[in-house]
Amino acid sequence: MTTLHTFHGGVHPPQHKQESSESAIAQAPLPSRLVLPLQQHIGAQAKPLVRAGDQVLKGQMLARAEGMVSAAIHAPTSGTVVAVDLHAVPHPSGLPELCITLAPDGEERWVEHAPLDYRALPRDQLLTRLRDAGIVGLGGATFPTHVKLNIGETAGIHTLVLNGAECEPWITTDDRLMRERAAEIVQGIEVMRHLLNPAATLVGIEDNKPQAIAAMQQACANTGIEVIAVPTLYPTGGEKQLIKILTGKEVPSGGRPLNIGIVCSNVATAYSVHRLVNHGEPMISRLVTVTGNVKTPRNYEVLIGTPIAELEKLAGVLPGSDGYILGGPMMGLYVSNSELPVVKSSNCIIVKSRALFPPLPPALPCIRCTRCAAVCPAELQPQDLYWFARARDFGKAQKFHLFDCIECGACSYVCPSNIPLVQYYRFAKSEILAIERDKEAANLARERHEFHQLRLERDKQEKAEKLAQKEKAALAAKAAAPAPAQAATTEAKANDSAQQLPAQQLPAQQLIEAAIARAKEQAATARAKNTEALTPQQQADIAEIEARRAKVREMSHPDADSPKE
Amino acid sequence: MFSPFISQATSVRAIMFKVMLALLPAIAVYVWYYGPAILVSITLASITALITEAAMLKLRGRPIAPFLRDNSALLTAWLLALSIPPLAPWWLVVVGTMFAISVAKHLYGGLGSNPFNPAMIGYAVLIISFPLQMTHWLTPHGLGQLELSVMQQLQYIFSGQLPGGATLDAVTMATPLDTLKTQLHLGRMPEEVLGMPIYGHLGGIGSEMVALAYLLGGAYLLANRIITWHLPAAFLASLFVTAGIFHLADPAHYVSPVFHWFSGAAMLAAFFILTDPVTSPTTLRGKFIFAAGAGFLTYIIRVFGGFPDGVAFATLLMNICVPLIDTYTQPRVFGQKDEK
Amino acid sequence: MLIAIYVMSGLAVLLGAVLGFSAIKFKVEGNPLVDKIDAILPQTQCGQCSYPGCKPYAQAIAAGEADINRCPPGGEEGIRKLADLLGREFKPFGGDTAAPKPKSVAFIDENTCIGCTLCIQACPVDAIVGAAKQMHTIVAAECTGCELCVAPCPVDCISMEPLPQTMQNWKWQYPVYALTPVK
Repeated sequence: MTTLHTFHGGVHPPQHKQESSESAIAQAPLPSRLVLPLQQHIGAQAKPLVRAGDQVLKGQMLARAEGMVSAAIHAPTSGTVVAVDLHAVPHPSGLPELCITLAPDGEERWVEHAPLDYRALPRDQLLTRLRDAGIVGLGGATFPTHVKLNIGETAGIHTLVLNGAECEPWITTDDRLMRERAAEIVQGIEVMRHLLNPAATLVGIEDNKPQAIAAMQQACANTGIEVIAVPTLYPTGGEKQLIKILTGKEVPSGGRPLNIGIVCSNVATAYSVHRLVNHGEPMISRLVTVTGNVKTPRNYEVLIGTPIAELEKLAGVLPGSDGYILGGPMMGLYVSNSELPVVKSSNCIIVKSRALFPPLPPALPCIRCTRCAAVCPAELQPQDLYWFARARDFGKAQKFHLFDCIECGACSYVCPSNIPLVQYYRFAKSEILAIERDKEAANLARERHEFHQLRLERDKQEKAEKLAQKEKAALAAKAAAPAPAQAATTEAKANDSAQQLPAQQLPAQQLIEAAIARAKEQAATARAKNTEALTPQQQADIAEIEARRAKVREMSHPDADSPKE
Repeated sequence: MFSPFISQATSVRAIMFKVMLALLPAIAVYVWYYGPAILVSITLASITALITEAAMLKLRGRPIAPFLRDNSALLTAWLLALSIPPLAPWWLVVVGTMFAISVAKHLYGGLGSNPFNPAMIGYAVLIISFPLQMTHWLTPHGLGQLELSVMQQLQYIFSGQLPGGATLDAVTMATPLDTLKTQLHLGRMPEEVLGMPIYGHLGGIGSEMVALAYLLGGAYLLANRIITWHLPAAFLASLFVTAGIFHLADPAHYVSPVFHWFSGAAMLAAFFILTDPVTSPTTLRGKFIFAAGAGFLTYIIRVFGGFPDGVAFATLLMNICVPLIDTYTQPRVFGQKDEK
Repeated sequence: MLIAIYVMSGLAVLLGAVLGFSAIKFKVEGNPLVDKIDAILPQTQCGQCSYPGCKPYAQAIAAGEADINRCPPGGEEGIRKLADLLGREFKPFGGDTAAPKPKSVAFIDENTCIGCTLCIQACPVDAIVGAAKQMHTIVAAECTGCELCVAPCPVDCISMEPLPQTMQNWKWQYPVYALTPVK
């Protein structure tokens, strides 16, 4: 038995888990429309592979992972791609994002897929499969799983931590998943163990889920996986906090669990890995708790891309609802648009009402009571950070470890003055990141400007050298020529440098004027490209130039490379 | 609207209210020993505080209602009223409270921004400006001296007249701490002084019971997690150790630490003054340093200084150091590597 | 009396030696102030300050020849930082300097471009690609939005396009403090 450790602080918000945890997982019916944002994970946006009008099969890759940290997006069902365009997505900015909209045909025709023998597969191929299956961490951060597991057996991972704590109030997806599909989760864990080869594998589950603990313990019997009940305390489910509880080790400030030889993953992610390995299915659905101001709160197996409105209908909204909380009440996101889709990170939809979530009283000034510091799981001084963020003293905020804040909301929860502390930290963090971006851009510009000047200087020098060489050659030629010519050359030399500039400028100006005239002519003739009557060689040249130009255009507008064109 | 969407049911108002509730036992003891004059002082201070608060908020262009409801001005008024002699002329209470609320609190930015404890600033201003009125304490009940009726107390408070041409000295006396200092100065032995009828088992008659009542109130605050044990414990320990060292070294001149605990405003300071969150450090180590410093300074000022009690000045002196203390006692954050 | 004189002169010699030594030992090469000022400037190299680039402007500020409110791309935030660094008073943008604009990048209408390369020569950060008689294009990621290429273009095919807000550059708002009257 492992000895449990504790982390500093934490709070006990009302749990509200009973409402949804006692009914079995239900399959949500096929919605009439699915909206799949191309950015459902941390890292680079996925690159779309389909266009509007394409017929796609269930499980077919619609967008591929782009770059090192990214994940693919798949069709949750068979149907027709209606659009690849901007659509509202669940994000605090409210900005629309590139999404693939899919109209299901109701036939659920699968793309060809088969289980894989992961033990026989080379590591990198298995990792590629994970990436191409779009598997990301389902704990909330949606970090691509193939990146997390791409560590190498020799890296010395001593512990694999499976996070089944689920500390946020209202949410019960992991609870239900562990109760009903413990064996499958364990199979997914086995794949992770295969990749990481850890000495110990620990599953941490909060002790308010005794049935889930029992189910997991049964499934883990004789596997070497240890299931550990941890005390119920928000935010035990925080990666760093759970690792501290289970191993007593602290993830270094600004670091990742990897730095201390630990990998932490959510139990639901393990389940997705199982779906891929044993069924060949990519990540096309997830469990979502639909709860709050509804008739029948429960967990649904929902296709990614299902609009909130459809789930709301299933659960039966009660009167008095005003919007939704995506996620839990401590860290979730408030939205009012029911057309937003369920994405890979959506673990819970709480239908909000004023009765369940009364508006918080207006904020009073901070009285430095340090209740926030007492509950901060990152052991920060929230009252100081608040002060710095409020005063826009970002340097100080950073010095006081603002970026170690996990935005769990415990400080705001206990604040007697009801100050939206986390809001201030989010504001300060995004300002600091913006400043750093600007700084980087400025540094790049400075570098390029310096190079630009260096180049001008070099060109000047080269020109001067060439001139000198020419003169030398001329001089040598003259030395060979009869003497009377010498006087003339010195004169010419003086004239040469004086006349050089205007002489060069004049033709340039003429050229430009000619070009302007040409351009006007071109515009008048409806931009004819004059491509007729050219030799094949010339045409090939033009094609090459066009290709280059297209590439440059792409380079210059990295965001605009949509498939619309 | 952003997360978190829920909040624990705490409020500044409730916290301040509970602190005021914790003062009730001490007020009851005051009434028992010194008559109802203290109630008049508290009422006067409260009304002055609310009016001053409202006026200052208006002048500063802040919303008035939410800040009047937060109870912080009332608490300041109560603490000030309990720090000055119970039988104080009305203008003494009013001037002290006005100064505390307007200068010490609002001119520094109002609730949460004042570097000094407003009640202690009020006390300090009064004892420097009106030392005569500030050192006359009513003789406690049970010492068999002339006692004033309710009407007589009211008459004195509002008109300064005592019945039958009696002098103030007839109904008041120096505080037990003050008496001790004077008598020791005259060369008498501590046991001899403490044998005087005005002294009880722990401190002065009356004042020792008030101190016990503060202790009771402090226990209530601790039990309700309004305050933490660090500040009171560090303050009382520091006072005890400092007094103990002097007492052990020279019992002929220095009284026992227990006497210092239960005399003057030591208990009030430990549980109600130092624990003011606005003017105390935020870090744990800082709290220990702050309270220990205050305990040490309290003893030094009491025994070697010219004022009857050292609590107010000790608190204010340590208030000055709070930003410095906080800066140098920043705790290590989660996952931070040990320096070096 | 004599002793006092000896002590004083001894001290004077000693301290003088220390000062002289440290002047040599801790000599600072170059002018670090210029670099510090340059680090605050946004490096657009736009010349709106009337100096030919950010570095010359930084040198002018350091030499006390230029005011700190002559850099529109740096915004008021930039002025504030300069004021902080130099211990001067904050000074709002004056009458003869342009007001700050939203950050933009240049965009070349490739159908109109005649390939004259004048903009390429004007670009201080080499963010325009192209060659003589070929269309030019701007590398948006490297464009500082200095607008120096706009004026030289003989066919007016360069326009400044404000950068759109995206999820990548979106920022959280400053929380509105309910009790403070909003000015």
